[in-house]
Amino acid sequence: MTEPLVLGIETSCDETGVGVVRGHTLLADALASSVDEHARFGGVVPEVASRAHLEAIVPTMQRALDDAGVTLADIDAIAVTAGPGLAGALLVGVAAAKGYALAAEKPIYGVNHLAAHVAVDTLEHGPLPEPAIALLVSGGHSSLLLVDDLAAGVTPLGATIDDAAGEAFDKVARLLGLPFPGGPPIDRAAREGDGESIVFPRGLTAPKDLARHRFDFSFSGLKTAVARWVEARERAGEPVPVAHVAASFQEAVCDVLTNKAIDACRERGVETLVIGGGVAANSRLRALAEERCAKYGITVRVPRPKLCTDNGAMVAALGSHLVAAGVAPSRLNLPADSAMPLTVVSV
Amino acid sequence: MLVLVVDSATPAVTAALAEVSDDAVVVRSQRRAVDARAHGELLAPAVEAVLAEAGARPRDLTAIVAGLGPGPFTGLRVGLVTAASIGQTLDVPTYGVCSLDALGLLDGKVLVATDARRREVYWAVYEDGTRLTEPAVDLPATVAGRAAELGVAVAIGEGAHKYAEVLGVAARDEPLYPPAAALAALAADRVRAKAPGERLTPLYLRRPDAVAQSVRKPVLP
Repeated sequence: MTEPLVLGIETSCDETGVGVVRGHTLLADALASSVDEHARFGGVVPEVASRAHLEAIVPTMQRALDDAGVTLADIDAIAVTAGPGLAGALLVGVAAAKGYALAAEKPIYGVNHLAAHVAVDTLEHGPLPEPAIALLVSGGHSSLLLVDDLAAGVTPLGATIDDAAGEAFDKVARLLGLPFPGGPPIDRAAREGDGESIVFPRGLTAPKDLARHRFDFSFSGLKTAVARWVEARERAGEPVPVAHVAASFQEAVCDVLTNKAIDACRERGVETLVIGGGVAANSRLRALAEERCAKYGITVRVPRPKLCTDNGAMVAALGSHLVAAGVAPSRLNLPADSAMPLTVVSV
Repeated sequence: MLVLVVDSATPAVTAALAEVSDDAVVVRSQRRAVDARAHGELLAPAVEAVLAEAGARPRDLTAIVAGLGPGPFTGLRVGLVTAASIGQTLDVPTYGVCSLDALGLLDGKVLVATDARRREVYWAVYEDGTRLTEPAVDLPATVAGRAAELGVAVAIGEGAHKYAEVLGVAARDEPLYPPAAALAALAADRVRAKAPGERLTPLYLRRPDAVAQSVRKPVLP
């Protein structure tokens, strides 16, 4: 078989994505987002997201097929995010994928969203050397994984014990009067600020915490520390230096993420670090990871920002990897699993 | 003309193949499972099964008919997105029908009531198969008042049984859920006329539960 032509469908949160890849080549990456509808609620409202997916799926599919210049009859397999994510949102994508697969008489692969965030990097940088360490950071997840064999399963090394990194960005942005989602505006504001001007806490980095949580993260305390600092200024009637707060908060997050990721690489003797998820679009995280990894001879792979956030191409990329590896497809009764474990790459 | 019928507006997940001819609608195969929590798992295999039983391939379909609800949102969307994706793949029209209408095809004045959860029902009143009221979602006590005003003699549907006492209308035993033959019949004229397909828009009747963000709580005492 020549390289597989695979279509990927992603609906785990607020982005409706349909991507088409051939082997490691990206052919189309169509996306519809309901993010604007969630802004006034300060976070993603599951029912609003599910309704938007139902409206967007058919036109987004059409756009992806048109952009790639293929039809469903040409496709070798359809991959879809089966979890983890918002249950009702996942279900729209999974049911759609089943309809496409059964009508076109093609195999279907229900895949893990987080493994797809790792796989998407192959579209930009080619096959992933294994083993690799993956740092996945988004509004819903913050995890460190050991990737031995992306087709078979990944080993979780650590994860956040409270808020996800992206969630902390959203909450701090709100505190500073910046819009939702908080990642891009904090990144922008931070460029005018000094990241060392305020020292915010680095969660789970004290020796007593490292004994039990060496590769885990905590961002809840950081978020509260920023709130206390800002409120103290407000109560004193002093202006809040938004750029300095944004930069110092961002520095605390990126410092912990990169240090723990490098520690994982060194502990496991791994020379490749791949970073994915929406927070991987953050410019400071990308720069700091490059700078620190260079010191230890670790190669950092971070896809371009558009591929870091949720999209259909990443699901197609993982599907293509599974097809090439000869993994058996899923059955047509595959469930959407909002709590799909990281050890399961496809169901 | 071979038509695929799907409905997931109630705890029942229905898939059927119907042959629509100039003067008849004949159901050739159907699957129904009742499980309010597994629409996503059950529907696609049921579609595959009705095709296999009728010895048909997907490309033999000339149209898709789907129940638009009203019904609990998550399950309802499964049926609609399945119908829409199959229709798009095969490039055949999709037609929506109100799921309550499929229960209202009876003589006389009939109250159709399905379970809307949260102690409410989705309902409408019919006379000889013609809908007299817009589909709505209300407390059974409210519906009882409207049904009495309209002179309803009999009620039908799962909600009519569950709340029979409050509704004060005798409930018929069958059907409990929208029958495939009735769903197909409601769209038969459009199938025969090869009418343009429609985008399948669910009858939600309720807004999403969501509260706009309030003033942030301070962390300092």
